[in-house]
Amino acid sequence: MLHIETVYKQFDNGFVALEDVNLQVNPGEIVSLVGTSGCGKSTLLRIIAGLDKATTGSVSIHHEVINAPHPDVGIIFQEPRLMPWLTVQDNVRFGLEHLSRTDSDAITAATLAKVGLSDFAHMLPRQLSGGMAQRVAIARALVTKPSILLLDEPFSALDAFTRTKLQDHLLHIWEYDRPTMMLVTHDIEEALVLSDRIIVLRGNPGRIHRTVTLDLPRPRKRTNTTLQQWKERLLTELDVSMAERSLAEI
Amino acid sequence: MSNFLKTNGSKSAAISTASATRPYRPPKRRRAARHQWAIGLIIPITLLVLWELLSRVGVFPPNLLPAPSAIASTLWSLTVTGELVEHIGITVFRVLLGFLIGAGLATVFGALTGYSRFAHQLLDPLLQALRSIPSLAWVPLFILWLGIYETSKVSLIAVGVFFPVYLNLMSGIQNVDRKLVEVGQVYRLNQLKLIGRVFLPATLPAYIVGLRSGLGLGWMFVVAAEIMGASKGLGFLLVDGQTTGRPDIIIASILLFAVLGKLTDAVVASAGKRLLRWQDSYSSHHQ
Ligand SMILES: Nc1ncnc2c1ncn2[C@@H]1O[C@H](COP(=O)(O)OP(=O)(O)OP(=O)(O)O)[C@@H](O)[C@H]1O
Ligand SMILES: [Mg+2]
Repeated sequence: MLHIETVYKQFDNGFVALEDVNLQVNPGEIVSLVGTSGCGKSTLLRIIAGLDKATTGSVSIHHEVINAPHPDVGIIFQEPRLMPWLTVQDNVRFGLEHLSRTDSDAITAATLAKVGLSDFAHMLPRQLSGGMAQRVAIARALVTKPSILLLDEPFSALDAFTRTKLQDHLLHIWEYDRPTMMLVTHDIEEALVLSDRIIVLRGNPGRIHRTVTLDLPRPRKRTNTTLQQWKERLLTELDVSMAERSLAEI
Repeated sequence: MSNFLKTNGSKSAAISTASATRPYRPPKRRRAARHQWAIGLIIPITLLVLWELLSRVGVFPPNLLPAPSAIASTLWSLTVTGELVEHIGITVFRVLLGFLIGAGLATVFGALTGYSRFAHQLLDPLLQALRSIPSLAWVPLFILWLGIYETSKVSLIAVGVFFPVYLNLMSGIQNVDRKLVEVGQVYRLNQLKLIGRVFLPATLPAYIVGLRSGLGLGWMFVVAAEIMGASKGLGFLLVDGQTTGRPDIIIASILLFAVLGKLTDAVVASAGKRLLRWQDSYSSHHQ
């Protein structure tokens, strides 16, 4: 169980990125965060991951307040963040150091196969395309089997084919291990296909503007009419918040 | 997805068979690379030949600028008496010992001040102040404190080596990408593991630059130390050549310094290159 309580975040420079964010995510739930660029989505994920501290308010996991990275939480950052000196395989293995070599070899190989990179295990990050690098980052987050998975626009660098494939794959993993997932995305369709709930954030400062609960069975068809209707509505809403922002900036 | 790949499969197979019928040719740049080092030799060899010719005709006075062949024969005679090996040996010994001490201390201090904010506030101002003293100004003090023998010489070299290594390592650590450090934090590495698995490899490029320039300064300072008082070593040979009016000895020593400096640098550089093969740099794409 993930509790986010009245989180308020002000950066050192005085900028308020989040204000009064309250959210409860149930075990196994998939929640998407959508919102215009700069409205505080990554900041919220960083606070949950224990990399940043809320100025006031708190985040707790299983009723344990988070002050530092929690072992049950995995994160996929907005950028791949691979260690340039490690091969693909060793990057994926990065979080498995406590295991024996044979165990981590097996898990690494299996995970690389899942993201379709078995043939590239011995390459260095500089030899990868952007999408391949992101898939390595996904594999690195998955190997530790976190019970809460934070994903910051994990698929935005990928082509449409790979993206749908990995979305399906993510659902597959979810069906298997039932991790709680918080997914930041700019792709409304992705949010609609994957999540139980969609949270619309609006800045600035970032606040929860709206919550959409999707009580539809998975796997969902992208062409489903209910989804299409929701897509229209959400897009208009994001559009409005965009327009308000640009007005405010003038 | 797999269907999509299949429809494309026949097409790519056709392409690969077409290229297989052609004999394999290595890319042009590769072949040229094998001879590239020779390009750098053209001008020195030309100058050498010119120098020898002009000396033979008598354009260069032999008491000021002896011919290359005269220098070579001086080198040879020093070699057969065994003198040269001794001079080279002691100089290399001084440089390496000074380098090890200077670089070792610099590694400890650079790591501390780069990694710990407190250590930085505590130590860096003092070290920066010491750095602004021209290192040769230490010579009289070192001689007074440590005598004219090896200790003062090695200390001077160590001081010279210390600062470039210290500065490069410290700023290298400070500039490690926060984003990579966060990955280590997410996997809850303790301080020591974070240093070993993220900071150390990420700092290596800057550290190697520091070691190389430190080594260069080490060679510079050994000359200073040996000129100021020594009975052996290449620096002594320089002074000896001057006092006995033998330009061939001076030039021979200079050449030896050049060769030795280049050799030791090449060792560090190639070790660095091996360790840094992962780097995505401009030069790694142009080799
Ligand atoms: N360290 C920081 N110091 C000051 N301001 C910051 C800092 N980090 C982020 N911000 C500000 O906080 C706001 C939210 O940033 P955040 O990265 O969370 O946005 P985002 O919603 O993830 O945007 P995007 O969709 O573009 O990734 C931005 O306006 C940004 O300028
Ligand atoms: Mg972001």
